[in-house]
Amino acid sequence: MSKVRPSPWPSPPAGEGTGAAGSLSPFEGESDWPAGRMRAQFNTRFNGLTMRAAKNTKRNLVTAALVAPAAAWLCVFLVLPFIAMLVFAFCERAPEGGYQAAFTFAQFANLPTRAAAFWNTLMLAPAGALLCLLVAYPVAYYLAVRANPRYRLILVSLVVVPFWTSLLVRTYAWMYILGSRGIPNLLAMIGIEDVRMLNTPGAVLLGIVYGYLPLMIMPIYVSLEKLDRRLLEASADLGAKPVSSFFGVTLPLSLPGVMTDVALVTILLLGEYLIPQLLGGGKVFFIGNALVDLFLQSRNWPFGSAIAVTLVAVVVVVLMVAMRIAWKVAGTRQVDLV
Amino acid sequence: MTKWYRENAPITAEKLADELMRLKRGSVTRRHFLGVTGLGLATAVLARAPGLFNATAFAEDLGTQMSLATWPNYHDPATFEAFKAATGVAVEVNVFGSNEEMLAKLQAGGTGWDLFVPTNYTISTYAKLGLIDELDLSKLPNYDASTENARFTNEGVIDGKTYAVPKNWGTTGIAVNSAKIKKPVTSWKEFFEVAMAEADGRAMVHDYQLTTIGNALVSLGYSFNSVKPDELAKAEELLIKVKPHLYAINSDYQPSMRATDAWMTMCWTNDGAQLNRDMPEIQFVLGKDGGEIWSDFYAIPKSAANKAAGYALLNYLMTPENAVKEHIANGAPTTDSRVLKLLPADVTSNKIVYPDEAALTPLEFGAAVTLTDPGRAELMARFKSA
Repeated sequence: MSKVRPSPWPSPPAGEGTGAAGSLSPFEGESDWPAGRMRAQFNTRFNGLTMRAAKNTKRNLVTAALVAPAAAWLCVFLVLPFIAMLVFAFCERAPEGGYQAAFTFAQFANLPTRAAAFWNTLMLAPAGALLCLLVAYPVAYYLAVRANPRYRLILVSLVVVPFWTSLLVRTYAWMYILGSRGIPNLLAMIGIEDVRMLNTPGAVLLGIVYGYLPLMIMPIYVSLEKLDRRLLEASADLGAKPVSSFFGVTLPLSLPGVMTDVALVTILLLGEYLIPQLLGGGKVFFIGNALVDLFLQSRNWPFGSAIAVTLVAVVVVVLMVAMRIAWKVAGTRQVDLV
Repeated sequence: MTKWYRENAPITAEKLADELMRLKRGSVTRRHFLGVTGLGLATAVLARAPGLFNATAFAEDLGTQMSLATWPNYHDPATFEAFKAATGVAVEVNVFGSNEEMLAKLQAGGTGWDLFVPTNYTISTYAKLGLIDELDLSKLPNYDASTENARFTNEGVIDGKTYAVPKNWGTTGIAVNSAKIKKPVTSWKEFFEVAMAEADGRAMVHDYQLTTIGNALVSLGYSFNSVKPDELAKAEELLIKVKPHLYAINSDYQPSMRATDAWMTMCWTNDGAQLNRDMPEIQFVLGKDGGEIWSDFYAIPKSAANKAAGYALLNYLMTPENAVKEHIANGAPTTDSRVLKLLPADVTSNKIVYPDEAALTPLEFGAAVTLTDPGRAELMARFKSA
């Protein structure tokens, strides 16, 4: 099963004549439609052999101007802080907290003391993402394939609307649902006493599945919606039962979306702080919580930085492994995970 | 322009234009300009006119909002509403569960707090690190050092300079839901024992190194303030042993206690009084083997953006008539004899709030060294991530 990366640029609207600008373009059939222009620019950037040098420079400048704001943003708010963090990681804690200059590997040597937090995170993040997938796939499948197209918009909105409320508020609601006056109270009515749900790994997992569900549903929905129905008809014509059609056609075709989704949610979960904090009661501890603790309670910036750097390294490794798996499954290297 | 007006106007037209140019050039301050032209007074008078601008005029511009950093369940929300009605300044309340967290935020800078509530043992460190300023007592006419109980207020004064003024004192004891836990809990030793037995999965400790480590130390027979590595190691062993049995590690334990999710917690006097008032089955006891006695203060961070409002709120809170409402609402004992006189008898006779002196004897004030001791900080972080 192979999946070829589609062109990232939308095609220009059909039937639109080539205008004045279009006639300057070396690309036959290009209009002055913005996407067409952008495509021209990018094509220039990578295989601009057909362009005259002057034009080339001008276009390069335009490209640079377009890329500059995002690049500057990433540099100031991602690259520089990361470098600062890397430097801090080799410093030591100042007597009253914070950091002071030093060159030591002591922070990295101290990492095993946070093994439990790393273990928790590395177990619960993928587990949360997979659980999320199990819940999300049937929903996405229903929305994209089964649902009456007339109501599809409403149904999709129902998935998205909870996103409009802050995750903090929604997670607080779970604190009450899982607290003694919520589900345990209902269980007590039917004779199951003293059930404790809040501040357990299960509560955190539930919060994760709930919080990240829309993020999981939407990309799968999109990849299923693009599915060519004729393939399913062909499969049925050739005698396949619906179940084997699903496993032979639908599922493999939606796999790239699924893999992207699982990777995305897993990476976000590796940095999760809020849900374990509220539903874990300080007992189910993620790396994010350890970081907050080190910066905001024990004021050990160097150790916090060392953990943060390690977390980034872990994310990169997880991503690489996921990418390899994705390549294998898809049979091509043209699969984007993020 | 009438002759009468020319003669009685606070400033001539030429002079006004002249002063305006001086202000524009930056030669004089805005305050000088408002003063000499009478515009400041005019604004103040207009502001007093009801329905025109609903704000009381102050000598200084208080702005429209300020920020207070304090502890959970520690104020009467009505106080801030009344302060807003009186001054037009809205108070944004930030809640913290430990002094360490407040220190971390102040060290990192940019807190935006105009007033905050540090505990006795932290003030010398804040002053040493230059994070708080000496208070200008002339801006606090309603504060009277002579009516304060020096036992609780002396740590606000360093080398004769007042850096912080007291909010209230209190203790760190044990709140027990007696409807759920039958075994009496009278010491920290019993607290940790019951937490691993009858109250398994239902006990809470603070997310705060001073009290969580301190009370573990006390239960083992050591000083609440110990920083000795071997004693801390024993405390860590106990805490890690008890951790799987805990309900949560959180300094905001009132919601869990009220919902009876948690049955027992480390508890500050004021929370103990509030819980017991609303749910009499929740009892508050002091460890007979020791624990903490403390006083909380108000201080103004050096980095405060709106110091004028910080002082205004502090002065408002130091007014006995306002303070008494706060004390009735939050249930902490007062350090101010003026407030004590105004408090109703049912508050002053409440043994949770004003315990017998004998019960206080084994308690210790937190020591400054515990705030910055890396051993305690790291122990707490290890305990939480274990």
